[in-house]
Amino acid sequence: MNWISEWALPKIKTLFGASREVPENLWHKCPACEQMVFHRDLERALHVCPNCGHHWRVGARQRLDYTLDPGWQRIELPKAPPDPLRFRDQRRYAERLREAQMKVGQEDAVIVGHGTIEGQRAVAAAFEFAFMGGSMGAGVGEAIVSAAKLAVLQDAPLIIFTASGGARMQEGAVSLMQMPRTVIAARMVKEAGLPFITVLCDPTTGGVTASFAMLGDVQIAEPGALIGFAGARVIEQTVREKLPEGFQRAEYLLAHGILDMVVKRAEMRATLARLIGLLRVPEVVVPDADAPFEALPAPEPAAAPGPA
Amino acid sequence: MRHFLDFEKPIAELEGRIEELRRTTDAGGIDVAEEVAKLRDKAAALLKATYAKLSPWQKTLVARHPDRPHASDYIAALVEEFTPLAGDRAFADDAAVIGGLGRFRGRAVAVLGTEKGKDTESRVRHNFGMARPEGYRKARRIIELAGRFDLPILSFVDTAGAFPGIDAEARGQAEAIARSIEACLDAPVPFVATIIGEGGSGGAIALAAADRVLMLEHAIYSVISPEGCASILWRDAAQAATAAEALKLTADDLRRLALVDAVVPEPMGGAHREPGVAIAAVGEKVAECLVPLQALDGATLRARRREKFLEMGRHSIA
Repeated sequence: MNWISEWALPKIKTLFGASREVPENLWHKCPACEQMVFHRDLERALHVCPNCGHHWRVGARQRLDYTLDPGWQRIELPKAPPDPLRFRDQRRYAERLREAQMKVGQEDAVIVGHGTIEGQRAVAAAFEFAFMGGSMGAGVGEAIVSAAKLAVLQDAPLIIFTASGGARMQEGAVSLMQMPRTVIAARMVKEAGLPFITVLCDPTTGGVTASFAMLGDVQIAEPGALIGFAGARVIEQTVREKLPEGFQRAEYLLAHGILDMVVKRAEMRATLARLIGLLRVPEVVVPDADAPFEALPAPEPAAAPGPA
Repeated sequence: MRHFLDFEKPIAELEGRIEELRRTTDAGGIDVAEEVAKLRDKAAALLKATYAKLSPWQKTLVARHPDRPHASDYIAALVEEFTPLAGDRAFADDAAVIGGLGRFRGRAVAVLGTEKGKDTESRVRHNFGMARPEGYRKARRIIELAGRFDLPILSFVDTAGAFPGIDAEARGQAEAIARSIEACLDAPVPFVATIIGEGGSGGAIALAAADRVLMLEHAIYSVISPEGCASILWRDAAQAATAAEALKLTADDLRRLALVDAVVPEPMGGAHREPGVAIAAVGEKVAECLVPLQALDGATLRARRREKFLEMGRHSIA
């Protein structure tokens, strides 16, 4: 690979609009600057555009790979009732859910892992935006509550990376109740004297923002991330005003005192490690592969449908 | 002048005729008492039949009825010595959230509500019941005050949702709601919330993460308005009635999902026909709920409240 193929070729192809001929898995077009980026460069840069610094959305597993030391373990999550309302719009929710599970390869929008960050024990959860827009229903609520319980059990800080359009409408008021549920989860971690750190990624809106995400001991965001409660379109329709430049972006929230810091992805891991180091009594984790982490008890089976 | 909803048209016509006949009698015309009585029976039967099978969308309209008693009506009727408190101590007083101290059945309490207002002037002042961050911060302040002085908390929720505005976002709408929910869950005192009209999403749960959550028979409680849901999932706001059906937002649905504790029946034809009766029924139920809660200490109340919410959503609708 030389500079011609890595840099000049994509530039030329962009110019001539020949991107169709490029195999999709090799070259990616930056959604911000439209520059073509070679996949290996993109991976090396943690999915941050080498040209303009735009932070691409990344999947939940990738998030945990970027954050935790190699060898982290994913925990099995308790199952929530999959379709509490038997919801259907133009299609059945149960169908959409199955489709998302197939596409993304996980049960619901959040995965939880435990391991270490630069040698310090930590539990981390991450939202998968590709899974129904990272929306929060009972499954996501279970994941957040489980992550909190695991953090308390392991006496470890909890870090949650959010990326969510908000509540999962298809679960109606059940999804609304995930707001108090996840607030309780945050309280459990804090009451145990453990750091609760939220990292708000693009995009984080609605019921996720208005619950545990805004209760971090430290609140971090990635550059340019869209973060807010109400959607921009709804606000525009309500107030009939043009939205200010950079409205609801991470930097806007930082300027308005809602976040502690905006941290580039390349510096996220080190920042988290430093924060944990400062908030926690130093501990030595012996890297002993034979000693398993304390695990959560096996998840209970989902409740039988229908309260008495 | 009574405000009739579209689906109440036939009832409105009957009642209009009754009124007309009565006026003829009053004016010294022929006695039509018998005719009036017959029409009255017919109107009552029609009202009963209509309200016995309201669709979720019709309930949405009843829940939003302009003459429906609002939080301020409940507080005025149920709370003596009401002493409003104001402000978030940081930026402003948001009149979309009302609250303060008072006496409920002789016992000092803290009260909270989202207030929609009843005429143009008051609706604007209360921002149609849509609170900004200051409203939720005021709520949190009053909840914490109640905790310090061992006062049970009563809340009356009636809101389309938190205000979607530039200023609200700039001042941390999401954080204000999150903290208010947290304050509800943390309160070491009995807490009874009643959804009296619209329980609109985060703006409602911010004042309703309580030990007992009551819901009026024709109130609605939902994560999104039927119109909002329809425009997203059906790409057509006109599908609101279909969305209302799918969202399972009626009191009966919420009860079946075990998300509310009890449904308070409304007078025939909805709370707006006989506000006094509706308010009294809520007062009775709230008093009944408070009795067992008052026997518990703060730590037990908090622990049970948490358990209750952690259990939620683990059940499907029957």
